[in-house]
Amino acid sequence: MYPDNFRYTKEHEWVMVAGDSATIGITHHAQEELGDIVYVDLPKVGAQLAQGKSLGSVESVKAVSDVYSPLSGEVIEINGALADKPESLNQDPHGAAWLVKVKLSNPGEIESLMTASDYAAYVGAEK
Amino acid sequence: MLDACGVASAEELFAHLPEAARLNRPLALDPGISEYEIVDYFKKRAAHNANGYTSFLGAGVYHHYRPVLVDAVVSRGEFLTSYTPYQAEIAQGTLTTIFEFQTMMCQLTGMDVANASMYDGSTALPEAAMMAVRATGKGRVLVARNVHPEYREVLRTYARHQGMPVVEFGYVAETGAVDLEDLERHIDPLTAAVIVQSPNFFGVIDQVKAAAEVAHKHGALLIMVFTEAVSLGILEPPADADIVAGELQSFAISPCYGGPFAGVIATKEKFMRQLPGRLVGQTVDSRGNRAFCLTLSTREQHIRREKATSNICTNQALIALMATVFMTVYGKQGLRELALQNLAKANYLADKSQRRFTAPCFNEFVARVEGQSPDELNKALLKTRIIGGLPLAKHYPELSDCVLLCSTEMTPRESMDLVATALASKKPVEVQA
Amino acid sequence: MINKVRPHISQNEALLFERSSPGKRAYQLPRLDVPEVDAGALLGAANVRSGIEGFPEVSEVEAIRHFTRLSTWNYAIDYGMYPLGSCTMKYNPRINELVARIDGLAWAHPYQPEALSQGCMEVMARVESALAEITGMDAVTLQPAAGAHGELTGILLIRALLERRGNPRKKILIPDSAHGTNPATAAIAGYAVENIKSGENGALDVNALEQLVTEDVAALMVTNPNTLGVFEHNIIQASEILHRKGALLYMDGANMNALVGIARPGDFGVDVMHLNLHKTFSTPHGGGGPGAGPVAVKKQFEPFLPIPRIRRAAKKLIYDYKLKYSIGRVRAFYGNFGVLVRALAYILAHGGPGLRNATVDAVLNAVYIRKKLEPYYDLPYPSPNMHEVVFSDKRQEAHGLHTGDLAKRLIDYGFHPYTVSFPLIVHGALMIEPTETEGKLEIDQFVEAMISIAHEAETDPQTVKTAPHGTRTSRVDEVSAARKPVLRWKPI
Repeated sequence: MYPDNFRYTKEHEWVMVAGDSATIGITHHAQEELGDIVYVDLPKVGAQLAQGKSLGSVESVKAVSDVYSPLSGEVIEINGALADKPESLNQDPHGAAWLVKVKLSNPGEIESLMTASDYAAYVGAEK
Repeated sequence: MLDACGVASAEELFAHLPEAARLNRPLALDPGISEYEIVDYFKKRAAHNANGYTSFLGAGVYHHYRPVLVDAVVSRGEFLTSYTPYQAEIAQGTLTTIFEFQTMMCQLTGMDVANASMYDGSTALPEAAMMAVRATGKGRVLVARNVHPEYREVLRTYARHQGMPVVEFGYVAETGAVDLEDLERHIDPLTAAVIVQSPNFFGVIDQVKAAAEVAHKHGALLIMVFTEAVSLGILEPPADADIVAGELQSFAISPCYGGPFAGVIATKEKFMRQLPGRLVGQTVDSRGNRAFCLTLSTREQHIRREKATSNICTNQALIALMATVFMTVYGKQGLRELALQNLAKANYLADKSQRRFTAPCFNEFVARVEGQSPDELNKALLKTRIIGGLPLAKHYPELSDCVLLCSTEMTPRESMDLVATALASKKPVEVQA
Repeated sequence: MINKVRPHISQNEALLFERSSPGKRAYQLPRLDVPEVDAGALLGAANVRSGIEGFPEVSEVEAIRHFTRLSTWNYAIDYGMYPLGSCTMKYNPRINELVARIDGLAWAHPYQPEALSQGCMEVMARVESALAEITGMDAVTLQPAAGAHGELTGILLIRALLERRGNPRKKILIPDSAHGTNPATAAIAGYAVENIKSGENGALDVNALEQLVTEDVAALMVTNPNTLGVFEHNIIQASEILHRKGALLYMDGANMNALVGIARPGDFGVDVMHLNLHKTFSTPHGGGGPGAGPVAVKKQFEPFLPIPRIRRAAKKLIYDYKLKYSIGRVRAFYGNFGVLVRALAYILAHGGPGLRNATVDAVLNAVYIRKKLEPYYDLPYPSPNMHEVVFSDKRQEAHGLHTGDLAKRLIDYGFHPYTVSFPLIVHGALMIEPTETEGKLEIDQFVEAMISIAHEAETDPQTVKTAPHGTRTSRVDEVSAARKPVLRWKPI
């Protein structure tokens, strides 16, 4: 369920690091809690993100959830496909429905994040 | 029922309240009275108001005829006594009429989307300004001095605590339209929006397109305000505006001493998610039939709470329904004809007056009063059961010798002739009816 | 199965634009008694529109049929009970509609000379005085157009007072059980919002309050009775905690239907509050508005009230614009006068004793419902309730059903749903407020319906899950409506 090469946050975001850049998304658990996703609000390319600060939000019909950046850096790409098909976040949250790609400013921050097994236990426990 | 509640008397149900909080005497209000005494009370109050006068007042509230169909429809219990349409399955009546209302607002204003009403035009304006701030990420707004004075006051009240500086720019003394050079002098890269009104407070059809050019050149949005909705029956819609905020009182809403009215905000598609207020959207039910429901609710207070686009909850749905029925009764041809009648009436009177401004007007215009003060003129007119135009001294000291006169399809020619005579006399006279 | 109201007589009615045909008309204007004008010549051709593209063109009979048919798709108070918690859906007396349409009132222009507006001003002065008596406060402003508008006005008044004292402060405390307008309002007024968690019993936690009230806190916004329908028994203590630290107590008056004639906010420590005339005072909801949200204040706030104020001078009423410290206007003109007329008609009809009786009946009805439904629905907070009662869907959740499903099934029994999922502190809330309007007959039918649904939840949950079944429209697809918003009709 939760890829081993990702790291995770308590707020249900995942991040996959590749060198000095990373891809960020929300987890399966997050999309399940939200229900049918209707809209995704993403930052602009070039925006500066800080670890733990909101980078945007995800909406269902009856709820809005802020998405918090797992790591600090600059947004280099956003997933344009989500504008037309927000439902892909329900279908493939760990793959095709990634949210943003960032160039990391402080790669060391990754150490503070959970591993896949820690996260699986965390959401198992929450249930 | 008392048995089921486990009490001997209804008073016991309040026994758990802290004694110190209780009211231990009857309310100091008269006992209840009968239906006809209530009618009598209000008829007596009404008798202390103007009755049987012809009024030349406009200035944001207009005397237009209310087709009888309007009250026939809104008096139906299904519309009058129904609730906000949160439960779509048993509110398709309300939802459908709101969808029709939203559509007609777009058709009238040339915008892509419109909301389901705000409290009134004066509060729609600050909401539109806040929208522009959200959309541009900038903080400052410019507003023309010939926008309705009370609307500008409301804007300032809202803006004061949002860190949204409001700066005014002037109008051209000769024409009555906005001073584009003054606008250029005041606009800067931090400006989120430029606010103009058309027809403006002076009744003048203003330079919306030109003002929009200036605004857009500097990365600001153009907000157009209207207070006289009938004008949209004949005037070219403001395609260059980014947001339109207006008052629908002219559409079969009684003047009612200032409220309840209905405001609206309409905008381009790209600003849709920044709209405050309720929105009705089209969808289907589980059988595939067309249905309507409230949508994009995540903008609103009940979900987003402190991050909502507005705090508005209750709006003006029934009032908007009055406007919807009005627009239906007049329709495509009728609204245009109505607007032309208004134009003709005001033009007739304006031709017999000293127009203060040279730019064209819709159904209101500013007239110079000579040889007497506006107050003296109005006092004389009262004696012939005419309420004269609004003296402008209070809000525009530079126009203290002027009045704002409004003529609509309801203004009889004889009354206009009397006003023209009184103006032409150039001295305080006893006007013979 | 109880057969009650079955609306939706007409099944198919297209939109106005789909029924339009060029040349059809429903209007007739009088003959012009002045010369016609050429709009293009007068205004400049560029200023004249060629037409209103797509605007309806129907006949008068088509118009009345259209709206009549649509109206049959609505539920309404005139059909039956709305058990909506916190909405106070009481009967809308028709006398209100009649008096609001009396010509001298309905046609009054707000800029008429004061001498010719004395009737309107008398009505407003009478409403101010009645509301001040009912709330136990010193002064009232009638300008705000609705509850949320009143809240904003109230918080702006608090800010103005504190500013005058030297420090407007930074935050407002709001209970987690509060209505969404409360935090939204605080944000517009430029304050940060800090949530205060309700205590174990769902009530205001005065110990938590004591900790949270600092020199940075401007006010606590409270609803009393709270959104569980329970009177805040610590309210006086709470007001003292706040006042000691120079902070103020704001009350959201949405639940006044439990207090009129029984307890007055001004007597239990409230400094500023708003009322909802479309709730407590019977003015019609009309599908979503209009309302009116007058704000009542203690004496110290009078200098800051919106201008103008009505004053008595010799034998007449006048407008006073000379309030130096006024917060300014919160809307143009004077207020939703037409709504004030309706509220006054209600107050006159009931009078002091009648208003108190209404409160007693409202509470009796709600407590009765609580007792009758307690065996079937989980009651999360056992404190005595007043005019409304809040259950949770805990028992029914065991069968895969949520409060929303149960609410939809209630529609099949001929009732409007209760308030779903609010307050947020109760998981799966069912918030029920009958008001005094409902007699035993209607309430017993409601109780029977709710009990039947509780049984269905166990024996036939699928029927509940897919309800409603008896309406013209089944459950609508809100997800698609949000993903691909279609907010207007367009020609094909």
